[in-house]
Amino acid sequence: MPLTKIDRRSTLLGLGASAGALAMGTRFTHAQSAAPIKIGFQKHATGIGAAYGRWYDATTQAAAARINEMGGINGRPLEIVIEDDGTDPKRGAEVLEKFASQHECDVAFGTLFSHVVIGSAPRAGELKLPYFVVSEGHHVASGMLNRYTLQPGITDVKSQVQSMAPFVANNLGKKVTMIYPDFAFGHDHRDYFSAAIAAQGGEVVAKIAIPPTETSFTRYFPQIPRETEVIYHVMVGPAVLTFVKEMGEFFGPSRPEIFGFIDSLEAVAIDSPGLEFLEGTYFWEGAPRHAQANQTEYDAAFRAAVGVDDRGASVDDPRDISTYAHMFGCWDTLNVIKAGMEASGYRGPGDRAALIEAVEAMTDMPLGMDHPTGAKLFNGKTHQAFGEQHISRVEDGNLVVVHTASIEDGLYEDEVDYTTQSF
Amino acid sequence: MTDRLRTDLLHLGVIAALVVLFLTLPTYYAGNLSRIMVLAIYAIGYNLLFGYTGLLSLGHAMFFAAGMYGYGLTAQLAGVPALPAFALGILAGAALGLVVGALALRTAGVAFMIVTLMFAQAAYLTILHFGTYTRGDEGFVVPSEARIVFGIDLSGETERFAAALILFALVLLATGRLVRSRLGRTLVAIRENEERTRMLGYDATRLKLIAITLSGALSGLAGAAYALLFGYVGASFAAVPYSIFPLLWVLLGGAGTTIGPLIGVFFMFYLIDTASGITLAYLLIVGVALVLLTLFAPQGIAGLIKRRLPWLP
Amino acid sequence: MEFGPHLLLAVLEGLVTASILSLTAMGLSLVFGVMRVVNVAHGEAFMLGAVLAWWVTGLVAGHPAVGFVLAALTAPLIVGALAAASDRLVLKRLNYDPDRTIVATIGLLYIAQQTTLMTFGPDARPVEPPFNQRIALPWLERTEEGWTWFYPWGLSITSYKLFVIAAAAAILVAIWLVITRTRAGLLMRATQQDSETAQAFGIPVGTVYSVVFGIGAALAALGAVLVVPIQQAHYLMGGEPLLLSFIVVIIGGLGSLPGTVIAALLIGLSDGIISVFFSPTLAKIIATLLVAMVLVFRPQGLLGKAQT
Repeated sequence: MPLTKIDRRSTLLGLGASAGALAMGTRFTHAQSAAPIKIGFQKHATGIGAAYGRWYDATTQAAAARINEMGGINGRPLEIVIEDDGTDPKRGAEVLEKFASQHECDVAFGTLFSHVVIGSAPRAGELKLPYFVVSEGHHVASGMLNRYTLQPGITDVKSQVQSMAPFVANNLGKKVTMIYPDFAFGHDHRDYFSAAIAAQGGEVVAKIAIPPTETSFTRYFPQIPRETEVIYHVMVGPAVLTFVKEMGEFFGPSRPEIFGFIDSLEAVAIDSPGLEFLEGTYFWEGAPRHAQANQTEYDAAFRAAVGVDDRGASVDDPRDISTYAHMFGCWDTLNVIKAGMEASGYRGPGDRAALIEAVEAMTDMPLGMDHPTGAKLFNGKTHQAFGEQHISRVEDGNLVVVHTASIEDGLYEDEVDYTTQSF
Repeated sequence: MTDRLRTDLLHLGVIAALVVLFLTLPTYYAGNLSRIMVLAIYAIGYNLLFGYTGLLSLGHAMFFAAGMYGYGLTAQLAGVPALPAFALGILAGAALGLVVGALALRTAGVAFMIVTLMFAQAAYLTILHFGTYTRGDEGFVVPSEARIVFGIDLSGETERFAAALILFALVLLATGRLVRSRLGRTLVAIRENEERTRMLGYDATRLKLIAITLSGALSGLAGAAYALLFGYVGASFAAVPYSIFPLLWVLLGGAGTTIGPLIGVFFMFYLIDTASGITLAYLLIVGVALVLLTLFAPQGIAGLIKRRLPWLP
Repeated sequence: MEFGPHLLLAVLEGLVTASILSLTAMGLSLVFGVMRVVNVAHGEAFMLGAVLAWWVTGLVAGHPAVGFVLAALTAPLIVGALAAASDRLVLKRLNYDPDRTIVATIGLLYIAQQTTLMTFGPDARPVEPPFNQRIALPWLERTEEGWTWFYPWGLSITSYKLFVIAAAAAILVAIWLVITRTRAGLLMRATQQDSETAQAFGIPVGTVYSVVFGIGAALAALGAVLVVPIQQAHYLMGGEPLLLSFIVVIIGGLGSLPGTVIAALLIGLSDGIISVFFSPTLAKIIATLLVAMVLVFRPQGLLGKAQT
C-alpha cells in the first residue's frame, strides 16, 4: 500500500540522515561540541492533520539531510526529534514541554494547524523555547502570540488572501460568493478577502459558512445568489472532495468562474474521479504543485530531495499526492533556523534569545537552495515572512500558473512589534 | 481508626505524595503533575455524577468548556481580573449543569446519555457560531494579566504546580467528605436503587439535580483552571473526545472511588506518553491496553486496590 | 434560488442522508436491542466498510460498476466477520457488562483507526460511482400563460443518489422480512425479549449474539459502501455516523425498527430543511436542540414503549 512505502521511505531518509551524520563525525569535530543540535518537530501524525503531517515530515527530513551533508550547523549535526501532537492543542502543548524538558531540544518547529499553534505558543513563551511554526495562520503577525513564536517559512493567510483580490476582481468578476468552513480559518478568509475585494471595487454578495462537521454540501448551494460572477471556496478536511464534486453537480453546464484555495485539494489528485468539472477553474498555490515551463533549478532539486515528481506526487506512487503548496515551508524554516544559529554563533539553550534576535534581524531571503520555491521577505517586528503567491488554472488536468502576485501585493501594516517584548 | 479518619489520611497522603513527586521528579515529569491534577478535578466532577449517582453523561465537555470560556472570555473581552473571572467560570459550569440537569433528568439510562451528548454538541457548535468572539476552533491565548492571582504569576512552573495542588487538594478533601455525608450516601442509594430511595421519602430528582450541578461546577472549575494555568482557550475542549475522556479515566481508575479519577488520569496520560515514545502507532497500544484492562481489571485500578482495602472511599 | 426549489433540493439531499443513516442505525439498533450493549466502535465498522470498498474497487480493472458490486458483496462480509470475531474474543468475556463494553469498544475503535492509518493512510480516497448522471429537475411556476414547467438553476440530483435511496429502501425491507418471517429472525427476537428464557429453550444465545454483532457491523459497512462514491473513504470518517446513528436509535425508540427508520428520516430531513431557513451552523444547533427536546419530552423515543 502506498502509505507504508512513504513511511518507510521517510524513515529510511531519517536513518540515512543520522547514518550520514555518524559517517561525517570527523567533519564535525572542529566545533567546540559535536553534540547534535536538536530540533523538536511537532508532527500531525494522527488526527485530522495527518495527511499534511506525513509530507511535512518528508520535507523536514530531506532538509535536515541536506543541512547535515553540508556540515551541519556551526559544525554540529542536526537531529530531528519527532513527537506526534495528534493535531490537538492540548497534546501540542504537552509535546512542547517534552521537547524543552525531556529531549532538551534547542528549538521546536513544524506545526501546521492553527489551534495547535495557539494552544502551544503560550507554553513556548513560558519555557523560553523558540517555536518556529509553518502554519500560514495570521496568529503570529496579529500579535496574539509572543516573542518566542516565529513564522519565517510561509506566508500568512491575510497576505495570501489580500494578494489574490486584484486578479480575481480584474479577471474573473467583481461579485463574489464566498464558501468557507465556519471556523477561524474560514473567518480569516471571509474578513480579509471581503476587505481586499472591496478595495478593488468588487463586493462579496454572499458568505456561506459551512459547519465544520458537514459531510454533504448540496443543500447549501442554493444560497449562492444568481448574480454571482465568482465563487471563492476554501474548504479543508477530508470532505473537500465531496464539496468540490457536489458543487460541480449543482451547477451542471452553467457555472460562474470558480476560484479556490488549493488547501481544499492538498494531497488529492486534481484528476480524481468526479473532479472533471474543475477544468478551467482557478486555484491559489503557495508553490505550484505541477512543475511549470519556467521551473527553476532549485524547484527541481527540491522535488528530487523530497522525493516528489513533476506532478507533485510521490516518486514511488503517482497516486500519492503531496501537500506541495505548503510543505516547502518546513524546508525554508529549517534553513532560516540554520542561518539564525550561524549568525548568532548559537551554542546552546543559553543563546536562544540571541537566535531569535538574529532571525528578527533578517529581511531578504532570496530564491536559492535555501528557499527553493521562491524568495521571501521577513518582517522581524511581526515575526512573519511574505512570499510570492501563485494563481493556477486547471488546463487539461494540469495546474498552470497564470498569475504570480508579487511580495508587495501581500504586504499590510504591522499589527505588532514583538521586538519590544522582553525575553 | 474510623473510616472517616482513614479517608482523610489517605487523601492527605495522596496530596503529600504529589508534593514529593514534584520535588523529586525530573522537570518534564514534575511539570506533567499540574496538568494531571487539573484533569483529575475534571474526572472527579464526572465521577460524582457517574460513579456515585449512576448517571452516565456523554456531554461533560460542555461543562468543562463552560468553565474554560466563562473564565477566558470574561478575561479576554471584558478585562475581568483573574479571580472574579475564575469564579465566573465555576459559576458557568454550575449554571449549565442546573439547566441541562433540569431538562435531561426527565430521561434516564441511554436516553440521558444521548440528551447530554446532543446538548454538548449544540454547545460546541455555539462556540463555533460565535467565532467573532471565541475565535472558534482556533481559540485564543489568555491575556497574561488574567493569569496573575494575588500578584503571583501562575505561568511559572512552581506557581502553576502550587495552584493546581491547592485546587486539587480542596476538591479531593471536599469530595472525600461529601461521599461520606448524608447527601453522598443518598446519591449512592439512588445509584443502587432509585425506586427504593424514593419510597424512603427522598426527592430523588432534586438530589440528582444537585449532583449534576455540583458535577458541572467541578468540571467548570477544571476547565477554568486549565485555561488559567496553561493560557489557552479553544473549542477542541468542547468536542466529543473531551466528553469521552472523563468516562474513560473514571472507568479505568475505578468508578465510585475518590482516588480512582486521579489514578485513571495518571494511567491514561502515561499510557499515551510512553507509548508515543515507543512508536508513532501509539493509539494501537492504547487500544490494546484498554481492551486488556477491561478484561483483567473489571472494576478499574482502584477497584483492584479496593478488593484489598474494602474501606476505600 | 427560489424557496420552492430550494426546499425540494433540501428534501432530496435529506433523503440521501436519511437512507445511509437508517442502514447504519439499523445495525446499531439490532446490536443494542438484542445484546443491550453500546458499541462505540460501530462507526469504525462504517469506516472500514468505506476503506475496504476503496481497496476492492482498486483491485479490479474495467467498468467501475464491476468493482462496486464486488465491494458491496465483500466489504460487509469482511467487516461482519471481524466484528463477530471481536465479539467472541472480547465482549463475550466481559459478559456484556455495559460499562466495560464501552471501554473495550473504545479500545477497538482506536485499534481500527490506527491500523487503518498505518495501512490505508491519512488521505481521503474517492471511489468512482458505477454510474452518475446529473438529472436536472423541473419546477412549476406561475407565469402569464398560467402554470408552466421550467428547470430552475441548480435544481438537480444525480442518478447515483437516487440509486442510494432506492437501494437503502430495498435493504430495509429485506431486513424487516428476515426479522419477522424467518427462523433466524425469530431466534433474534426471542433473545432480545428474554435471553435467559431463550437460553432455557435451547437457543444458542452466544452464537446469536456473535451473529447479531456481525450483522450490525455489516449493515454499517454496507451503508458505507453505498455512500463512498458520494463521500470519500477516510480513516476518521466513523465519528459522525456513530453519533448520528446512536441518536437515531434512541429517538426511534429502543428496539423498534420502524422507529429507527422514522427517526433517521426525521434527522436527515430536519438537518436539510432547517438549513433552508437559517445560516448553516445555526441550523445545526437548532436541529440538534430540537431532536434533544424530542427525547426530553418523550424519553422512551418516538415508537418506544413507555417504561412501567
